[in-house]
Amino acid sequence: MTQQIDGSQARRSGLNDYDKAVETYEPVLGLETHIELDTRTKMFCGCSTTFGAEPNTQTCPVCLALPGALPVANKAAIEATIKIGLALNCHIAEWTRFARKNYFYPDMPKNFQTSQYEEPLCENGYVDVVVDGKEYRVEIERVHLEEDTGKTLHVGGATGRIHGATESLVDYNRAGIPLVEIVTKPVPGTGALAPEVAKAYTAELRDIVRSLGVSDVRMEQGSLRCDVNLSLNLPGEEWGTRTETKNVNSLRSVERAVRYEVRRQSALLDAGERIFQETRHFQETTGETRAGRSKEEATDYRYFPEPDLAVMEPSREWVEELRATLPELPRKRRERLQAEWSLGDKEMQSVVNADAVDLIQATVDAGTTPSGAVKWWLGELSRRANESGEELAALAITPKQVAELQGMVDDGRLNDKLARQVIDGVLAGEGDPADVAAKRGLEVVSDTGALEVAVEEAIAANPAVADKIRGGTHAAAGVLIGAVMKATKGQADAGTVRKIILDKLS
Amino acid sequence: MSTISREEVAHLARLARLEVTDDELDAFAGQLDVILESMKTLAEVNTDGVQPTSHAVPLVNVFREDQPQPSLPRDAVLAGAPDTAEDRFRVPRILDEEA
Repeated sequence: MTQQIDGSQARRSGLNDYDKAVETYEPVLGLETHIELDTRTKMFCGCSTTFGAEPNTQTCPVCLALPGALPVANKAAIEATIKIGLALNCHIAEWTRFARKNYFYPDMPKNFQTSQYEEPLCENGYVDVVVDGKEYRVEIERVHLEEDTGKTLHVGGATGRIHGATESLVDYNRAGIPLVEIVTKPVPGTGALAPEVAKAYTAELRDIVRSLGVSDVRMEQGSLRCDVNLSLNLPGEEWGTRTETKNVNSLRSVERAVRYEVRRQSALLDAGERIFQETRHFQETTGETRAGRSKEEATDYRYFPEPDLAVMEPSREWVEELRATLPELPRKRRERLQAEWSLGDKEMQSVVNADAVDLIQATVDAGTTPSGAVKWWLGELSRRANESGEELAALAITPKQVAELQGMVDDGRLNDKLARQVIDGVLAGEGDPADVAAKRGLEVVSDTGALEVAVEEAIAANPAVADKIRGGTHAAAGVLIGAVMKATKGQADAGTVRKIILDKLS
Repeated sequence: MSTISREEVAHLARLARLEVTDDELDAFAGQLDVILESMKTLAEVNTDGVQPTSHAVPLVNVFREDQPQPSLPRDAVLAGAPDTAEDRFRVPRILDEEA
């Protein structure tokens, strides 16, 4: 289905076939990720960071930049950033400071954003990800600390978009919430797997940060946001000009954005055109990237050291204390779970690729065997998620419900076919599996009396088959089992039916 | 002789969103020139092995504990805004034209 949508776009806007594009060109990836920390207070003042508060109720002279206000850095945010740096194998700076990034845009009341420039808190790390059985090292250029901007509501244009808006309304509750920016070095050598590597890196980063407990990293709530850089070059030639795609806010979108840019840029290069270094915006609904403002003045942020904030010299003792608090990181955890669940490498990789580690663990914790949990999440539920174009975790079924479902299968109250119908009901919001089964009448028929009647009828309707079975050909029982299943609308337990048939015909 | 051109002054003014008249461009270019010339005098000092000064005060690691403090009442916050709507700061449209 995705393929078809892509096909029609290709005709509309000049996109190359993806496979062809990566036969000719080599992509170079780069990823910039912003993560909102879940400290209780903002980066430089004591305002609360509670999500969803009434507009402009969590602001003060510091985050509104009223004259004379003096910012002071939040220690918890510095510690969280150092932890992220350590988990990403970075060097933690001995000396680091904040800088002002000057720009005029009403999302910051200060007319600058406090960020870091040449001296980030953490540098030179790496994350290893496995895609298709091959390991890729994504090198981290820097991890720095800055502050989030306010939220603007665009009025007068179409559906809240900035283009065509007549005015904007600003809520500064979010302005000043600590934001960590993680920038990779360019990642060459991924070839056709660039989209998958980008997605795997983002997922790994999310899992690492989640394991540290410093952010809830909810992409759908905007606490993890991605910018995707991509360029193409011919083999053996210099790297091409890159575009930066913003607004990429789900794992699936990361993959789609890379794929789209490969197809778009390769079509332009094939036509002899050049790629402009520009900011593009990802369109969640269509999977396209669109150019931003066309004639944007070359950005000149006139960075300078922030005079109101003291420099930082994280002592090595402090860094080591923080290192000692690092929890089990996702890679280690996956190795442990793989052993606990007795999964092969390939199967575990499928679990990781489907982003199902947490889901399966929660299902196992709710009382299901690992194989039962893996079966549903990688099988039927992955299929449903693909069909609806959702992330697995976004499906309207919880690990607890999956555990309940498998429990009913284990008890013989459901067979797999009925279980799939129960899933229909759960996904449609009809309640927990037991409720759905009751409401829809989806229990396995365990009333042997009723089954015996159905078997008698099947034998009467298929005398030749019955003779074969009497003659010792037990494999022929399948035909009768099928007939009984049909008569009971799939609600019989096949094993029980088989037993009744063989009892009657031997 | 001028080391800073009118165009450079105009560019700086634009970055800082300052409205500057043609006459002022000439005046500022001349004044900035004097400042840059003075800097050249400073640049003559040998600073090999001297750490660049980041801050005038010798303070490091000034941190705050992550303890919430009361915010300002919204009425007070919005009282300083030129215009408000829906409990928010109301600002003119951000993009000059449709992109």
